[in-house]
Amino acid sequence: MSDRAGITRRGLFRGIGTAGLLAGCKPSERPPTTTDDPGGAAGPGAGEAALGPGPAPLAFTLNGEAKTVEVAPHVTLLAALREQLRVTGTKVVCDRGACGACTVLIDGVARNSCMTLAHDVAGAAVTTVEGLASGGKLSVLQQAFIRHDALQCGFCTSGMLMSCQGLLERSRGQKLAREDVEAAIAGNLCRCGTYPNVVAAVLDAAGGSA
Amino acid sequence: MQPFVLSRPKTLAEAAELASARPQDSALRAGGIDLIDRMKEGLEAPARLVELRWLGEADREVMRALGPEGDGVQVGALVTLAQLAAHEGFGEAHAALREAAGSAATPTIRNAATLGGNLLQRPRCWYFRHADLVCLKGGSACLAVSGENKFHAILGGGPSFIVHPSTLACALTALDARVEIRGASPRTLPLAELFVTPKQDAKREHALQPGEVLVRAILPKPGPEQRSGYAAVKEKQSHDWPLAEAAVKMSLQSGVMTDVRVALGHVAPIPWRSREAEAVLEGKPPSEALFAAAAKAALAEAKPLRDNAYKIPLAQGLLREVLHRVAGVPLPE
Repeated sequence: MSDRAGITRRGLFRGIGTAGLLAGCKPSERPPTTTDDPGGAAGPGAGEAALGPGPAPLAFTLNGEAKTVEVAPHVTLLAALREQLRVTGTKVVCDRGACGACTVLIDGVARNSCMTLAHDVAGAAVTTVEGLASGGKLSVLQQAFIRHDALQCGFCTSGMLMSCQGLLERSRGQKLAREDVEAAIAGNLCRCGTYPNVVAAVLDAAGGSA
Repeated sequence: MQPFVLSRPKTLAEAAELASARPQDSALRAGGIDLIDRMKEGLEAPARLVELRWLGEADREVMRALGPEGDGVQVGALVTLAQLAAHEGFGEAHAALREAAGSAATPTIRNAATLGGNLLQRPRCWYFRHADLVCLKGGSACLAVSGENKFHAILGGGPSFIVHPSTLACALTALDARVEIRGASPRTLPLAELFVTPKQDAKREHALQPGEVLVRAILPKPGPEQRSGYAAVKEKQSHDWPLAEAAVKMSLQSGVMTDVRVALGHVAPIPWRSREAEAVLEGKPPSEALFAAAAKAALAEAKPLRDNAYKIPLAQGLLREVLHRVAGVPLPE
């Protein structure tokens, strides 16, 4: 039983993927993880004149941790997070900025990672759903989502959480109204229709009335 | 998406040079929302994207400006819709722009999409957006004429029946905006001259040449007691393209409306200024009957296709609603 529980869907896929990869090529050395890499670290105004079309170094901060990856210019932030960095909490749904499932925070601002190129975040701080919990403890917002049953199938949840986290961060100290939350999640589609519970959860997490 | 080179020039001059060297193969990129969408849909595959957000300080300053410019207001092309929607400096005089920016797309899209990109995006017509179809934009016939045309033009159509997709353009038309272009022939022109009607050239929607960059919009000095407003009707309240939009600007002094501007959006291939409605309203005291007459005049020339006659009463009702709100006349009922 415990062995069965140890097999996860994603673990299984990853195993297949790694096996396929090892069969085809030799693993290359990763570039050093440092923020003073000449390819990135600096914000707009100090980048290289041209990147690509092949992979080019990119340095940014992901959930508080410095990352350096080699990524081609046409790769979206969403694809780089999921397929290169294997940070898969952020979901692919429409891939056109129409559903909000891929929402992440870039320097605290909620953005569609599917419509953002990975190289757009050079030198920036990216927060994904994995960055909400700390020390193995779910965030206040995540706990409120559970208390208020603010998810059903869960596919919109990681994006929904990030839009709500963005709202909580920019409204810190202010009292939130129902309309504020509704406006903040206006780009996050939930086909299960959990919106009222999401609103209640965010108001609760913000210390307002639920 | 196909692989491409991402160029990050330091000056507008370099950007213009890169974009015009191989015009069929290059694209300027600001927020990139519409561009990336078209590339993902397989409509375009530029070999080089030229980034405008990484320009050096001097050029970036003008393209990110948001605030007073002489007696008027300037809005840089790289200002995001979210910044516009949150800008408190607009006041009643320029409220239409703030309201339009806050109504477009979704909060997350508005955090990336820019004024320049919004004005210069390509049409949303489902025939144009279908990679497997060749419409008038690339071929010889507008497929909306005999096809599904629920969302298409009722005014100014033919030979193409797209509706112009820019929400900011509707508000900026009502606000008498001008746009500054840099490139081979730097110029500042009235917004109306930026747009191309399908009768002039059905293949394009704007007049910019390769290497030309729209750097900012400029709103003129507001008239005395100027006020403005914008509204849209959509099938969904959030993240939907409008079925119709209306924007109005006027000065209201001693109970009389002057310098009236009326613009309709998503009804024509260009942002649609209604001089007919303006003529009805100019120099008159606001009233319910006058607003109804203006709305009727605005749509008098409408020629619906098979599925979009509903847009006529919809646009009339919307325009009346905005006129009532901007002039402070309570709605009937």
